[in-house]
Amino acid sequence: MRHYFDAMIADAESGAPFVVELAHFNGPLDLLLTLIRDEQIDIYDIPIARVAEQFLVRLHSLGLDEAADYLDMAARLLRIKAQLLLPHPEGDEAWEDPRAELVRRLLEYQQVREVVDILDARGEARRNQFARTVPPRVGDPFPQHTVLSVSMSELLAAVDRVLRSAIRPIVHTVVPRTLDVEGALRMVRALLAERARASWREMLSSGTEPWRALSLLLALLEMARLGECVIRQTAPFTDVEIVEISPQGEIGPTDPRAAAERP
Amino acid sequence: MSPLAKLLEAALFASGTPVPLDDLAALDPEATPEQLTAALAEMAEHYADHGVELIEAGGGWQVLTRGEYTAAIERAQLASRPQRLSSAALETLALVAYRQPVARAEIEEIRGVSVGNLLKTLLERGLVDVVGRAEGLGRPLLYGTTPAFLEQFALRHLGELPRANELAVALTARELHAEP
Repeated sequence: MRHYFDAMIADAESGAPFVVELAHFNGPLDLLLTLIRDEQIDIYDIPIARVAEQFLVRLHSLGLDEAADYLDMAARLLRIKAQLLLPHPEGDEAWEDPRAELVRRLLEYQQVREVVDILDARGEARRNQFARTVPPRVGDPFPQHTVLSVSMSELLAAVDRVLRSAIRPIVHTVVPRTLDVEGALRMVRALLAERARASWREMLSSGTEPWRALSLLLALLEMARLGECVIRQTAPFTDVEIVEISPQGEIGPTDPRAAAERP
Repeated sequence: MSPLAKLLEAALFASGTPVPLDDLAALDPEATPEQLTAALAEMAEHYADHGVELIEAGGGWQVLTRGEYTAAIERAQLASRPQRLSSAALETLALVAYRQPVARAEIEEIRGVSVGNLLKTLLERGLVDVVGRAEGLGRPLLYGTTPAFLEQFALRHLGELPRANELAVALTARELHAEP
């Protein structure tokens, strides 16, 4: 027996016709199928000992990293080989051929291989045809009234991107600056009491610090909320006009200069 | 060509991806389904002697260049073909196609190798997508194929997969986790 295997291994190593690079295989099942085909073995009656030895011979040329899947199969083959060596009572109904599971997997894998060949041919034919290249549709980048549709993988990919960019977070110190909304409120109320109308640019001299502008903005929004003034604009990007609402609820007329700008 | 066929031709020219029949029907609300089918047939016949052809795949209709001009087009660097999938990637893709929705462990059991990276490649190429989670332990992700898969393999629908009936039975009949 031992001599036979040694001969097989030596035969394989000396470059027998079925010695092939493992890189050409898609995994242990692919390798097994090839062995079976090359050796013209009946798949329903696999000489496990012989196939297992052949399989191990191929493993020698493999780095350990890629070998894990192959080693798993090698262990299975050796286990089946051991099981076959154990005696089993003749005519025992309950005895199942230890090779059955392997054969089933091989047959299944063989079907996958056959389908792959057909799919590959179809894919190749289609790959040789070009569709028209159309630039991505221009439109509202953020449609407002549509339901957001994201697939699970897109969502996971997005989380992945966020986490990756968050590995080294940029740490910086934020200096807190208190906004003076009360002060801005007093200023605007005093101004409106005097003139009944003011514009944003008047109130905000150039070079104002951001916290002052923010205070003023919040003060104006607060006054609008309380119904003390109206904030309006004659056209996009023109100056913003702030008009006082009298206690009777009357709104002052529009600034004649601003009204003149209107088309 | 009839006005309807011309309209369909214009629409297919404007779109880079397959246009579903429903969208084609929306182009002319007056057209009946029969007229639509006839117009598509007319267009296909019209293209019979052209450098492009009318194809039904990926859940819709599409105009594609004929295969015999690919080499010349690529040589002139006007368009380039997508990279060909490796045999291992195709095996993985085939298993997703036939067994969807399918978990990674199931594919690995049939192929006998780990497929994590291959699945990632297929996801990146938009051929498969996560379609849900299994109920079992760890709630593993389930994968399925996308319309882009149908388009790139010139399939109208999943039922057109080669030997669909035969294989669906063969591949589903096996009992998973049957091993001790």
